[in-house]
Amino acid sequence: MTPQSIALNRFGLGYRRGDALPQYPRSWLKQQIGGYEPSPQALAGRAVDGEEVARVIADTAEFRAMRNAAREDDDNPDAAAMMSKERQQDVRRGLIADIALRGRLALETDTPFMERMVHFWSNHFAVSADKAQLPSLVGPYEFGAIRLHVTGYFSDLLKAASLHPAMLAYLDQWQSQGPNSRAAATRERRGRPERGLNENLGREILELHTLGVEGGYTQEDVRELARALTGWTMQGLPAAARATPQPGGAAFFDYIHEPGTRTVMGRSYRDTGTGQALAILDDLAVHPSTARFVATKLARHFAGDTPPESLVDRLAKAFSESGGHLPKVYEALIDAPETWVEEPVKFRQPWEWAVGLLRAGGEMKLADRQFAIMLRELGQQAWRPGSPAGWDDREASWAGANALYRRVEAAERVANLLRLEDVRDLAEAMFPGSLSDTTRQSVRWAESNEMGFALLLVSPEMMRR
Amino acid sequence: MIDRRTMLAGSAALAAASLGPRMAFARTAGEKRLLVLVMRGATDGLALAAPLADPAFRAARAKWLDTYADAPKLDGTFALHPALAETGRLYGEGDALLVHAVATSYRERSHFDAQNLLETGGMRPFERRDGFLNRFLGLLEGSESPAIALASALPLALRGSNPASTYAPTTLPKASDALLDRLPDLYAGDPQLAGLWQQARQTEAIADASDMDSLGRARDAGTLAARMLADPQGARVVMMDLAGWDSHANQLGMLQRRFTQFDGLMAAFRAGIGPVWEDTLVLVVTEFGRTVAINGTNGTDHGTGSAALLLGGLVKGGRVLADWPGLASGQLYEGRDLKPTMSLEALNSGALASHFELDAEKVMRALYPGRTDRPVEGLIA
Repeated sequence: MTPQSIALNRFGLGYRRGDALPQYPRSWLKQQIGGYEPSPQALAGRAVDGEEVARVIADTAEFRAMRNAAREDDDNPDAAAMMSKERQQDVRRGLIADIALRGRLALETDTPFMERMVHFWSNHFAVSADKAQLPSLVGPYEFGAIRLHVTGYFSDLLKAASLHPAMLAYLDQWQSQGPNSRAAATRERRGRPERGLNENLGREILELHTLGVEGGYTQEDVRELARALTGWTMQGLPAAARATPQPGGAAFFDYIHEPGTRTVMGRSYRDTGTGQALAILDDLAVHPSTARFVATKLARHFAGDTPPESLVDRLAKAFSESGGHLPKVYEALIDAPETWVEEPVKFRQPWEWAVGLLRAGGEMKLADRQFAIMLRELGQQAWRPGSPAGWDDREASWAGANALYRRVEAAERVANLLRLEDVRDLAEAMFPGSLSDTTRQSVRWAESNEMGFALLLVSPEMMRR
Repeated sequence: MIDRRTMLAGSAALAAASLGPRMAFARTAGEKRLLVLVMRGATDGLALAAPLADPAFRAARAKWLDTYADAPKLDGTFALHPALAETGRLYGEGDALLVHAVATSYRERSHFDAQNLLETGGMRPFERRDGFLNRFLGLLEGSESPAIALASALPLALRGSNPASTYAPTTLPKASDALLDRLPDLYAGDPQLAGLWQQARQTEAIADASDMDSLGRARDAGTLAARMLADPQGARVVMMDLAGWDSHANQLGMLQRRFTQFDGLMAAFRAGIGPVWEDTLVLVVTEFGRTVAINGTNGTDHGTGSAALLLGGLVKGGRVLADWPGLASGQLYEGRDLKPTMSLEALNSGALASHFELDAEKVMRALYPGRTDRPVEGLIA
C-alpha cells in the first residue's frame, strides 16, 4: 500500500467517488483533527441532546404506565399486547433510521479519519440496542455524546459516555442504590424489600473503559466506584422526579446515593454528591494503566492484532504527557512509522466494509431498512455488539467464510443498483498505486461495469486495510 | 443433469486437497455431533412439562389446565405440552430426556445477565469474554471440529480462541454465477481469501439454501441444522437461537406457537439427519424459568427453575430427570419460582462429556471454571 492508499483506507473510511486524492497524506489526516465537525449538516434534523434523551425516557415511562393500565382492563384483553406491538414497531423504525443516519454521516464526512475515531470510541464505550430502552438511546448516545468529545480530553469523553443515560441503562446503573442511603433507610422503616448496589457500571468502567482488566484494580475498587456512582440515574423517570438534572439527560438523585468517603486505587474522595464520581473518573482517565490500555487498543486498530510495543509506548507517552488530550494521541498515531507499514494490517470489519462500499459508490442508494438489513446479514448489526466489551477488533472475529459470501452478495446487489460508468478509473482511485495486477485485470475483463464494481468491492484490497 | 450441489462437491474436494487440513472440514464417519438450541427469553418449564400430579401446580395454573386435558403423559407426575408431538414421539422411543427444576447458578432475573452467564459459563455476568461452547471445542481431539452457528453473527457461546463460523440464509439476492465463477481467479494469489471462499462455497453447498431466505421458518432451520451436521464435509457442532419465549402476556397462545415451531424444527431435524441421529446429541436450554403464578396479563414473569431437553439416538431418554422440589408456597424459590434442584452447568458438562466420551470433571473445569458441582451422570448410553 502506498501512503496515499494507507491514508484513505487504513486511517480513513475508503475513497469517496468524485473526491480528489490527498496529495500529502499525513497533512491531510492531521488537518482532519481540526476540521472535524461534531454536528455536521446530516445531523441537523436529529435531536440528540440531553433534552431529547430526557424526553425519550419520560415517553417510555409514560408508555409503560399506560400499558400497565391497559392490562388491568378486562373488557379489552388484547389492548396491552397491541400497544406493545405498535410501540415496538415505532422504536424499531427509529433505530433503523438512526443506523442509516450513521451510514450517511460516514458517507458524507470530509474528515473520514475522525469519523473512524467516532466509531472507535463508540465501540470502546459500547452500549447495545439489545437491551430495553436502548434502541431509542443509542443514536443520541453516539451522535450527541461521543461525537462531541472525540477531539477533546479523554476524561471528558469518559464522563460523557459513562454517565450518559444510554450507559446508565445498559449497565443497570440507574437503579443502583446505596445500602446506607436515605432511600434504604426509608425502605427498612416501611418494611419494603431491599434494593441495593449494582456493580455493573463500576466494574466495566475499570475493566473496559479505563484501566483495563490487568490495570491493577481490586474487587474493592469496583465496589467503591459502584458506591460512588450510586445516585446517577436519568431524567424523565417518575421515580427520580426529585433528582437534579445533569448534562446529557442524566440526573443525580441524592436520596439513593451512598453517603461517605470512597477510596479507589488508593485515593480518597470526599462525598460531594456528583463531584465524588466525577473526581474518581477524572483520576482514572489519566492513570498510567488507562494510558497503556487505550494506547494498546488504538495501536491494535491501526497497526494489527498484535500491535508493536514501540507503537503502544509511543501512544501511551503522548496520552500521558498531554493529560489525555486526544488530538495529541491522534498526531502520534499519524507520525508513527508503525502505522504506515506497506502490508495491510487489518481485516475490514463488516461495518467498515459497508461504509467503504457506500463511499466508493458515492451515494447511499439503499433504503434505510435495506442498509440495516445488509449490516445484519454481513454479521455486524449496528449498535448490537452483544457485550459491553464492544465488537472485537481482531481478525479471527471477522475473516469468516459466511461473512465473505455475504459480502459478495451485497457487493453485486449494490453494484447493480448504482450502475457506475467509471469503474476502471475508480479502482485506481480507491487504492492509489496499490492495486494488484490480478484485481486490475479482473475489473478490466469483467463483462460489465456492474460486474467490475462488484469484483472491486470484494477484492483482496477492499477486504483489508 | 449436474446440479450446483454435485458440481461444488467435486471442485471443493479438489480444492481441499491443496489447502491442507485446516481449511477442509475433514471428518471421519462415526464421530459425534452436537446441536445446541438456546430458547431465549426464559421458557416456562412448567408449561413445557406440566407437573399435573402436583396439587399446588393445579391450583396455581387452574385456568390453564385444559391445555393438558389430552396431553401425553410423561410419567406419573408430568405431562408434555400437547404442541410437542414429535418430542413426545421421541420420548416414547427413548430418545428424549426431560430434565426439570434445572437452572444455572444465576439467581436474579435479568435476561441480559442470565444469557451472558448461560453462554460464557462464568460465575458472574460479563466476567468472561469467551463462550462455554467455544471452550468445549478446545477439548475435542485433533481440533478438526468445525462449529457453525446458524446465525448472522457468532453467538457469545461460540466466541473465543477456537475456530467457529456462522451461516445464515440471507434475504440478500443470490450472487450471480457469473460473479461467483470469477472469484477463484480474483483470490488465486491470496491464500486466506481463497481458503475462506472455498469454505464458503462448501457451506453454501451443504446448506443448499436456495429455498430458504431466513432462519425464521422453524422447519427450514431444522433441515438446515441437519444438513450441516449430517454432511461429511459439514460441522460437528451447530448452535442456534430460538427467540421469543418471554411470555409476560397471553402465554397460552404464545407458547402454543413457540412449542409448535420448536417441535416442527425437531421433526425436520430428525428427518433430515437420518441415521446420523444415532451419533447426535441435541441440547435444549433456556436462561431461566418463570413464575409459578399467572400474572395479571395471562402470562408469567421472570422466575428461576426451568426445564431442559436432551434428545438424540444415544440419550437415555423416555424419562423425566428431576429431584422435584414441589410447588407449594413453602417449597418455592423466594416464594414465587420453581426451586432449582439441578445445576444446568452440571447437566451440560455431564451430557457433553458422556456423549463425546471425555472426562466429566475435565469438561466441567474447562466449561465452567471455578465450579464444584458434580457433572450429572447416566444421561447418555
